[in-house]
Amino acid sequence: MVRSFTGSTVLRLALIATAAASLAACQSKPKPSFPTQTPPSSTGPSTPLPPSTGPVSGQPVGALPGSTQDFIVNVGDRVYFDTDSHDIREDARPLLTAQSEWLRRYPSVVVRIEGNADERGTREYNLALGARRANSVRDFLVGQGVTGGRISTISFGKEQPIDTGSGEESWQKNRNARTAIVSGAR
Amino acid sequence: MTQARSLPTRQTLPSRAAALLFTLLCAITAVAIAQPARAEIEVNVNRGDVQPLPIAVPAFGGGQVGGDISQVISANLQRSGLFRPLDPNSFIEKGLTANVQPRFADWKTINAQALVNGQVTVEGGKLRVDFRLWDVFAEQQLLGLQFTASPESWRKVAHKISDAVYERLTGEKGYFDTRVVFVAESGARGQVTKRLAIMDQDGANPSYLTSGDSIVMTPRFSSNSQEITYMSLKQDSSTVYLFNLESGRRESLGTFQGMVFSPRFSPDGGKVVFSVERAGNSDIYVMNLASRTSTRLTTDPAIDTSGSFSPDGSRIVFNSDRAGSPQLYVMGADGSGARRISGGGGRYTTPVWSPTGEFIAFTKQTGGEFHIGVMRPDGSDERLLTSSYLDEGPTWAPNGRVLMFSRETPGGPPKLWSVDVTGRILQPMPYPGAGSDPAWSPLLN
Repeated sequence: MVRSFTGSTVLRLALIATAAASLAACQSKPKPSFPTQTPPSSTGPSTPLPPSTGPVSGQPVGALPGSTQDFIVNVGDRVYFDTDSHDIREDARPLLTAQSEWLRRYPSVVVRIEGNADERGTREYNLALGARRANSVRDFLVGQGVTGGRISTISFGKEQPIDTGSGEESWQKNRNARTAIVSGAR
Repeated sequence: MTQARSLPTRQTLPSRAAALLFTLLCAITAVAIAQPARAEIEVNVNRGDVQPLPIAVPAFGGGQVGGDISQVISANLQRSGLFRPLDPNSFIEKGLTANVQPRFADWKTINAQALVNGQVTVEGGKLRVDFRLWDVFAEQQLLGLQFTASPESWRKVAHKISDAVYERLTGEKGYFDTRVVFVAESGARGQVTKRLAIMDQDGANPSYLTSGDSIVMTPRFSSNSQEITYMSLKQDSSTVYLFNLESGRRESLGTFQGMVFSPRFSPDGGKVVFSVERAGNSDIYVMNLASRTSTRLTTDPAIDTSGSFSPDGSRIVFNSDRAGSPQLYVMGADGSGARRISGGGGRYTTPVWSPTGEFIAFTKQTGGEFHIGVMRPDGSDERLLTSSYLDEGPTWAPNGRVLMFSRETPGGPPKLWSVDVTGRILQPMPYPGAGSDPAWSPLLN
């Protein structure tokens, strides 16, 4: 694999050139883009609740009921957290309640909760923090009657920011947990 | 080299026996060709305000490769911050080889305190490099060594010579014949591809170890420099791998319920300390690699992660937020007697014990800034060495004198930087790309 000090200088230079070329090639590598939702602008628990997170039946429906699109558009797949906290915020409860209702309505759907952290922390701690957030959401959904066996969790730490800016507004968006549909949707 | 042959003693470098074990990779032997005299010049690595020592490293005789070797040595010594290589254009004596005594007056004139000269010859397909280190003002030879290697290993010879010069003049082991494994990043922010990469400590010979199909993080070397452990993250799973750099063989540490991350070898390479997350609670485990049995070391409901062994293997420093914010704790290697060592305000993460045992390096967040710092293992003598928008994840050079870490500017990609333990010598690493999570190898054989 890596065998230093064996190749000729020419080969070595070729390797560097290849590395540089791959680096350039990789700029255009397609990555899964995650659907995003704008978080509430305020972070305090006393914030007014966001208006548009009601149950499916109350929404103008453009997507097939029970589909992934239906879940993302009409329920919402992401909730947000305060700095260094994994407590479910008051303003996240209506959305998670709607998630649990939707999941109970479509019992074949299996989900994965993905915990995320902002860049204002170090890598390993943020992995642990994201895992806590994912499990907070999982616990909430289970508490609302969704079978635990349908929900897995993972943390991406600070590896998958949905907002690449620098500043509190961006960081707030990146402190989240996303409910991703793994299978069973229409 | 008649002088060398007439010497009664024949010394080999301490690493010779080990080097013979993998002569296929690099066949290098070193022979002392003169007993070192007592140095009158010396470089003090402990003083933060030290003036770098003026040193002359003229092109070694023997053509292009001789000049190349001198340049690598010169660059190494310069980056250490302890030496100031002089401009070759100022040299008065030209064509100096290892076989003749320097004209000291010529070197005193340009105020070279030390002089490194050498000669490269090719014998039977092998490169032979003789070099000498001189104390110019005492007119004394401090060191004379001969290295034999395959021709493509000329950079390694240059690093060995740099290490010998550094050790002779500072009294401490060098760190130039080492490599760095790190995470090479490419692509736009938010869509970054991360690949494991490895390079020499001076940025030469970079190559990729993984393809970028999963997010890789936190590579760390074992004490034999041939194994690394790292974490790989996919959309639905995390894995800690052991990866053999020579064979390319990769194996999983095992399957765990929940996430597995934050691996690091024990000093003897026989164990890996790592973190397992279960139902949101991260705890520290240690696995015996021979028996593949793992033991849970922490049971606190708080986040416990980033374990790092003391060099004697008896203790582990780790990161926990059991007191409400992330702080540093030291416990016995069996998990007993955890005690908080970080006392200042702020958030402390990524502790890593120095190879000498003298310090624990860490990342600290305070006042909206990130710092790389060091403290004694009992928590005393905390010193912050850097300050920026985002500094993270220090790793120690094997002599415990230099730290490498990654630094980000707002919106920019991470870059590799280094700082010496006094905080005086802060500089970007000579690697042009984006990189994070560096891990410094031990001294190579």
